[in-house]
Amino acid sequence: METAQQEVLTAIQKSETKQVSGSVAILEALVAEGVDVMFGVPGGATIAIYDALYDYKEKLEHILVRHEQGAIHAAQGYARTSGKVGVALATSGPGATNMITGIADAMIDSTPVVCITGQVYAHLLGSDAFQETDIINISAPITKWNYQITNAEDIPAVLAKAFHIARSGRPGAVLIDITKNAQLQMFDYKGYVKCDHIRSYRPKPMIRDSYIQQAADLINLAKKPLVVWGQGVILGGAENEFKSFIEKAGIPSAWTILGLGAIPTDHQLNVGMLGMHGNYAPNVLTNECDVLIAVGMRFDDRVTGRLDKYAKQAKVVHLDIDPAEIDKNVKSTVPVWGDCKETLPMLTALIEQKDHTDWLEKFRTLYRDEFTIVIDPEVNPVSGEITMGEVIRHLNTVTNGDAVIVTDVGQNQMVASRYVKFNKTRSNVTSGGLGTMGFALPAAIGAKYGAPERPVITIAGDGGFQMTLQELGTIMQNKVDVKIIVLNNRYLGMIRQWQEMFNDSRYSFSDLESPDFVTLAASYRIAGKCVSDRDDLPAALDEMMNSKGPYLLEVMVTKENNVFPMVPQGYSLSEILLK
Amino acid sequence: MNGMDEQAKSKQEFNITVYTEDHVGLLNQIAIIFTRRKINIESLNTSPSEVGGIHRVCILISETEDMVTKLVRQLEKLIGVIKAYAHSNEDVIWQELALYKMSTCIIKELLNVERLLRTYGARVILIRENYTVFEASGHRAETDNLLNILQEHGLIEFVRSARVAIIKNSDGFNARLNEFERLTTIVGEAAGNVNE
Repeated sequence: METAQQEVLTAIQKSETKQVSGSVAILEALVAEGVDVMFGVPGGATIAIYDALYDYKEKLEHILVRHEQGAIHAAQGYARTSGKVGVALATSGPGATNMITGIADAMIDSTPVVCITGQVYAHLLGSDAFQETDIINISAPITKWNYQITNAEDIPAVLAKAFHIARSGRPGAVLIDITKNAQLQMFDYKGYVKCDHIRSYRPKPMIRDSYIQQAADLINLAKKPLVVWGQGVILGGAENEFKSFIEKAGIPSAWTILGLGAIPTDHQLNVGMLGMHGNYAPNVLTNECDVLIAVGMRFDDRVTGRLDKYAKQAKVVHLDIDPAEIDKNVKSTVPVWGDCKETLPMLTALIEQKDHTDWLEKFRTLYRDEFTIVIDPEVNPVSGEITMGEVIRHLNTVTNGDAVIVTDVGQNQMVASRYVKFNKTRSNVTSGGLGTMGFALPAAIGAKYGAPERPVITIAGDGGFQMTLQELGTIMQNKVDVKIIVLNNRYLGMIRQWQEMFNDSRYSFSDLESPDFVTLAASYRIAGKCVSDRDDLPAALDEMMNSKGPYLLEVMVTKENNVFPMVPQGYSLSEILLK
Repeated sequence: MNGMDEQAKSKQEFNITVYTEDHVGLLNQIAIIFTRRKINIESLNTSPSEVGGIHRVCILISETEDMVTKLVRQLEKLIGVIKAYAHSNEDVIWQELALYKMSTCIIKELLNVERLLRTYGARVILIRENYTVFEASGHRAETDNLLNILQEHGLIEFVRSARVAIIKNSDGFNARLNEFERLTTIVGEAAGNVNE
C-alpha cells in the first residue's frame, strides 16, 4: 500500500496534468491519504466510483458490507484500532440515510471518519429525483464538516480538507456528497495536495503557560487529588505522557468508558470506571477529592450523575483540546486548553513526586466492599445460571488481556467494560456517547482490518446482535477473523433492569425471542457453539480462540441479572447503589 | 450565590457577531447551534464585513450569560467560522430599519405629517399617486412608536429588518484576522475568550 501512496505523491511532484474522471480523482485522493481499506455498498449514484474502483483493486481494498450502517460502523472500528481515518462509501438517498446512525455515533465519540455519498446529477438537485435526499442538511448537526461537490475539479481539494478536518484536533465525522455528474466529469487533474491549514479552522487551542502553572500549583497542594481521564488520552496518542504524569503525581486515576485501556488495567493507580455502572470507590470519592483533574473527557451525564451535586467540594483542572468542552458541564477552576500530549508533559515537569498512600488506601477499602457485595458474586458464581461477569473472567484467561474487545450496548457493554482486562491501548471499541445497539458486529469487522495481527472479540447481547446481524454475511464473504460472543439473557437486559428497579417489574416489551444463533451462524458458514452449563464454558472459550476464522459462541446467561453498582439517573454519585 | 452568578443566570439580550467565510450552508450550521438548544433567534442579519471576503452575521437572542458563552464556543467550532463575539446592548451601537407604506391620500390629509417625520426621524423614499413609502431606522421602540401611530391611519404594509450592531470597543477585524492567520499557521488560535 505504501508503494501505491508513493506513486501518487511522485506523480504529484512531477506536476503531471492528465484528463481523469471525478471518480478516479476520488480514488487517487484515498490512495494519497494512505487509505488501505474502505467499507461500502454500491448503488445507482456511486456506480461511477465503483466502476473506477474496478481498476484500483490492487491499491485500495474495499469491503462489501450488507447495509450502509455496517459500512460506517466498520469504518469506526477501523479508526478506533488503527488510529487512522476510517472511510465509508454509500449511494444517495437510502444509502446515505442508512449511515446517519453511525455518523452521529462517530461524531459524539470523536472518531475520525470520512463518509463519501453519491448524489443525483446536479441539475436534478431539489427536484425530488429518484433516490435524492438532502444529506447535507440531514447530516449537518452530526458532522464536524460536510460539503457537496458538484464539479469534479473541486474533488482533490475538498477531499484533502475532509481528511485534514476528520483527523486533526478533536477528530470527528466528515461527509462529502458528490453528485453523479461530478463523478463522471473528465477534468485536468493536477494531482493531489494534502491539506494542513484552513483559515477558519483551529484544530488546537494555544497552550497558556500561566494555566499550566496554576494547575501544577493546585496539584502540588492537593491532599486528595483524583484524575478522571477519557478518550482524549488515546486520541492524542498521549498514553505514555499520561502514565508519567499520574505516576509522578501518585494520583488515583479513574476512566470513562471511552478512556478504558489507555493504561493497563493492572496499573496500581487505576482505580476503575466512573459513572452510572462504574466502580464504587471512584464514584463515591469524586465527591470527596479536593482536586479533580479531568484529562480529555467531557463530563457526560452518565459520568457525573446529578450535576449540581458533582464534586462540588473540589477544585477542577480540566485538560481538553476542545475549548467548547471547558466549562460546558462542570465549571473548571483552571482550564488547560490544549492537546494533552503537549500539556501533560508540561504539567509533569512542574509537579512534585508524591504518593498519596493513605488516599489511595481509601479506594482500596471501598473496592473491597464492592468486591464482596458485587464483583465476587458476579464473576465467581458457584451455582445457578452462568453470569455475564464469569464469561468475561474466563475470557480474560484466554486472551490474557491482549485482545481487542468490541462491545455492543447495554448490560453486555457495562459488564465487559467493568471486567475485561486490557494490557494495550486502542483495544476497547464501543459506542459510548450515542449508545448504538448493533454497533459491535460491524465495528468488529473494521476493528480487525485496523489491527489485523490482534485477536478481535465482539461481545453483544441477544438484542443488539439482531440489529445488525446481516453483517455475518460480510464476515463470511471476507473471512474476517472475528470471534463473536452473544450473551443471551432473552431480554433487552438493561431495559428490563430499569423496569425492574424503577417501574415495578412491568416488563413492557423487553422480553425477546431469538433465533437459534448457532444455526444462524452455520447458515453463514461460521462455526459456533451454544453453552448453558458452567462447566462447559472454559473449553468453549478455548475452542473459540483456537478456531481458524470467525466463530460464534452463544452463552445462555442469567435471565434476570442486574448490573451493579448503579447510580440511578438523576441521582448524585454519592447515592450509588451496590445492590 | 453572589451577584455575578445571579446576573449570569438571568436572561438578557445579547448581540452575537460572527465573522465567517462565504460558504453555502454555513448559515444553516450557525442556526443549528441555536435551534438544537431550543433557543429562539430573535433576529439575524448577514452582510459583508470590513474585511474583503469575510462575512459578518449579527444574531440577537435573549439568553443567560452562561449559555451565551457556551454558544460562542460552539459557533467557533464550526468550520467556516473565524471568530464569534457576544455583547450586551450596552456594548454595541445597534439599529433596525423599518419601511412603512401608507395611502398617499391619507398622508395628504394628515396635517401633522411633517412633525411626525421630524419626531421619528423618518424619511419619505417614494411617493406615488396612490401610496407613499417611509423609512425609519433606530431602536425597536422608535420604529414601534411610528408603527403604532401610522396603524391608526390605515398603514398598508410594514416591514422591519434584522438588527445590525457595531461593537463599541473594537478596532475592527483586519488586525484580528492577521493575528489568527499567524496563529493557525504556527500553533492554532488562542480560543475561548468571549469578549476579547
